[in-house]
Amino acid sequence: MFERIKHMLIKEFIQIFRDPKMKGVIFLMPIIQVLVFGYAVTTDVKHVSTAVWDLDNSRASRELAARFERSGYFDILFHPETGETVQGLMDRSEVQAVLHMNKGFGADLEAGRTANLQVLVDGTDSNTAGIVLNYSAKIVGEYSEKILVTRMERLLGKAPSGGVTLATRAWFNENLESRNFYVPGVIAIIVMLITLMLTTMAVVREKEIGTMEQIMVTPITQKEFILGKTLPFALIGFADVILITVIGVFWFHVPIRGNLLLLFASTALYLMTTLGVGLLISTVSQTQQQAMMSSFFFYFPAVLLSGFMFPIANMPVVIQWITYLNPLRYFLVIVRGIFLKGVGPQVLWPQMVALLVMGLAILWLASKKFKKTLS
Amino acid sequence: MMQPAIASENLSKSFGPVAAVDGLTLSVDHGEIFGLVGPDGAGKTTTMRLLTSIMDPDSGQARVCGRDTVSEAEAVKERIGYMSQRFGLYPDLSVMENMEFYADIYGVPRKGRAEKIERLLSFSNLTPFKKRHAGNLSGGMKQKLGLACALIHTPEVLFLDEPTNGVDPASRRDFWRILYQLLKEKVTIFVSTAYLDEAERCNRIGLMHEGRLMALGTPGQVKKLMRGSIVEVRAARPRQAKEILKKSLPDAEVGLFGDRVHVVTDTPENTEAETIRILSKAGVEVSGARLIEPSLEDVFVSVLGKDGGRRE
Repeated sequence: MFERIKHMLIKEFIQIFRDPKMKGVIFLMPIIQVLVFGYAVTTDVKHVSTAVWDLDNSRASRELAARFERSGYFDILFHPETGETVQGLMDRSEVQAVLHMNKGFGADLEAGRTANLQVLVDGTDSNTAGIVLNYSAKIVGEYSEKILVTRMERLLGKAPSGGVTLATRAWFNENLESRNFYVPGVIAIIVMLITLMLTTMAVVREKEIGTMEQIMVTPITQKEFILGKTLPFALIGFADVILITVIGVFWFHVPIRGNLLLLFASTALYLMTTLGVGLLISTVSQTQQQAMMSSFFFYFPAVLLSGFMFPIANMPVVIQWITYLNPLRYFLVIVRGIFLKGVGPQVLWPQMVALLVMGLAILWLASKKFKKTLS
Repeated sequence: MMQPAIASENLSKSFGPVAAVDGLTLSVDHGEIFGLVGPDGAGKTTTMRLLTSIMDPDSGQARVCGRDTVSEAEAVKERIGYMSQRFGLYPDLSVMENMEFYADIYGVPRKGRAEKIERLLSFSNLTPFKKRHAGNLSGGMKQKLGLACALIHTPEVLFLDEPTNGVDPASRRDFWRILYQLLKEKVTIFVSTAYLDEAERCNRIGLMHEGRLMALGTPGQVKKLMRGSIVEVRAARPRQAKEILKKSLPDAEVGLFGDRVHVVTDTPENTEAETIRILSKAGVEVSGARLIEPSLEDVFVSVLGKDGGRRE
C-alpha cells in the first residue's frame, strides 16, 4: 500500500515541478501575497491630507491647527480661503479632511465662550473617515482640556486636582500594526487557495486526459488513490506555511510567540478540511475550468466570511452562523493566537476540535462521492 | 476443465432509463482474440468497463480469469490489462516515466523490470522515443505506448476498447501485427471495434447493438447467420438504382455499399434476373448482378434491419 502511494506521490511531484506555471503558483504566489499584505494592505490611518480653512487666523486657531499637524496623523497641505476652493479640494480628493474655523474663533475663546471647530471629512471611505474623526475628537479634547486647566489655574492660583486620565495599552500588538494582523492570516488563506486548487486540478486533469480510467483498472485502491492525490499537496501546503512564516518573522518582524509545533499540528487539521473540499469539488467537476470556477465559488466567500479582513462580530447574526461552517474561521483564530498571543492548546482546543470534526466529515463525504463517480 | 478466460452471464447495466448493456452472456477462451463489434453507442465501452471491474453491473455476473468482477475486483485487476478508448497516459511524463509509473502501480518487481520495459519498447518500436514526452508522440505511437503500458504486468487477458480509433491505416496494420504476436504468447485479447475489417481478423466476434448481443461466433459463422443471400448489383447510377429497387422489391432489403447496391433475398436466382429487368425498364444502365459472399457489414446491416434498427 505505501509503495503505491509513494509512487503516486513521486509522479505527482514530477508533474508539478515540470510545469513552470505550477512552480510559480506554489512559491511565487505566497511570496507576492505576503509582500502585498505586509507592505501595501494597511488599515493604519496616517498622514491624512488636510486643508485648514482658517477664517479667523488668530493665535488660538493657528495653535489648534498646529496641534493637528503635530499629532502625526494630519498633514496640512492647503490653506484655502473660500468655500469654493474647499469644495474643489474635496471633489478632487486632494484632501481627506478640512479644519474649518470661523471668524471670531480666537475671540470667543479669549472671552471664555465656547468656540466652534468644524471638521469636514471625505466619507467615501467610511472606515478611514471614522478613524479621522476619532483622532480629531482626541486632539480637540486635549486642546480644550488644556484651555480649561489654564483658566482654572488663573482663577484658583493652582492646578485643579482630581479627574480621570486615560492610559491605554494594546496587548499582543503593541503598536497596533496591521501587518501583524494580516501576515499570519495570509498563511491561512494561501494554504487554502493552493491546496484547494492543486487537489481539484490534479484529480480533474486525470479525468480529462483519461488516465483516471486507466488507473482504475490497476489494482490501486480508492484509499491509495485519494492519499496519492492529496499527500503531495499537503506537503506543499506545509512548505508554504514555512515559507510565509519565515518571511513574516524575519522580514516583517511579525512576532511568533507560540509553539511552532502547535502551528504545524493545527495546519495538518486545517489541511484535512481544504483537501477534503478539493476532493469534493473534483468529484462534481468534469473539466479543469469547472473545477477552477467551483474552487473560487468556495474560496471567496470563505475568505470574506472568515474574519481575515472583516470582523465576524460585525456581521448579521445569520451570516455569523454560516461562518461556523467555515474552516478558515477557526484556523485564523489559531494562527493569530499562536503568532501574536502565544497561547497554546488550552485556549485553542475548541478551534482545533472544530477543524478535526469538519475535516473528518468532509473527507468521509468526499471519499464516498468519489467512489460513486467512478462507478 | 479449464475455466474460460472471460465468462459473463446475463450481465446488465442501465444508466437511468437507457439499458447500456442488456443481458450479455458470452464466454471467451484462453488464447483467443474476441472482437466486440457494433456501432457507436451499442454498449461496447460499458461492457468493457463491466468486465474490467471499473463498474459494477446492475444484475448478472461476470468472471474474468476465474474471478468474480465484483467480489474479486482486485484479483481481476491484477490479471488484466486495459486500454481505454482515450489515451490513458500522462502527456507531461516521458515514455519511460509512463512505463515506470504503471510498473510501480502494478507492483512489477524491480528485478527483471528493466529488461521487460526494454522488450516492450522494442516490440512496439518505441525504443528511440524513450525520453520523449508522451504528449508529443504521434497518434499511432501513443496507441502503442498505451498497449505497452497495459502489458507491463504480463496480464492474462488484454482488454482493448476501440484501440485503433482515429489511427492512420499503416499504424492500424502495425498495431494488429503486435496483437497477433501477443496471441502467440497465449494472451487472451478482448477487443472492441467499429471497423468491420478488424472484426474479420478475430477468432470469434459478437455483434452488439443497443446493449444486446445480436450474434456470436466466428466471423464465418456470423456471416452464415445472415438470412438470405446477397445479390450485388453494379449500376451506372447506384443511388437511383437503390431507390428504384427498394420500391419494386418490398420484401428484400436494399442497401448501398460504396458504388454497389446490395439486395438481400431468399431467392437469389430469380432476383439476379429480376433486378436487371427492373432497372433496365426504369432506364438505369446495369453492368452486372451476381451472387456474392456476405461481408460482416452485410450481416450487420441485416441483423440491425431485422431488429428495426434501420430507420431511414
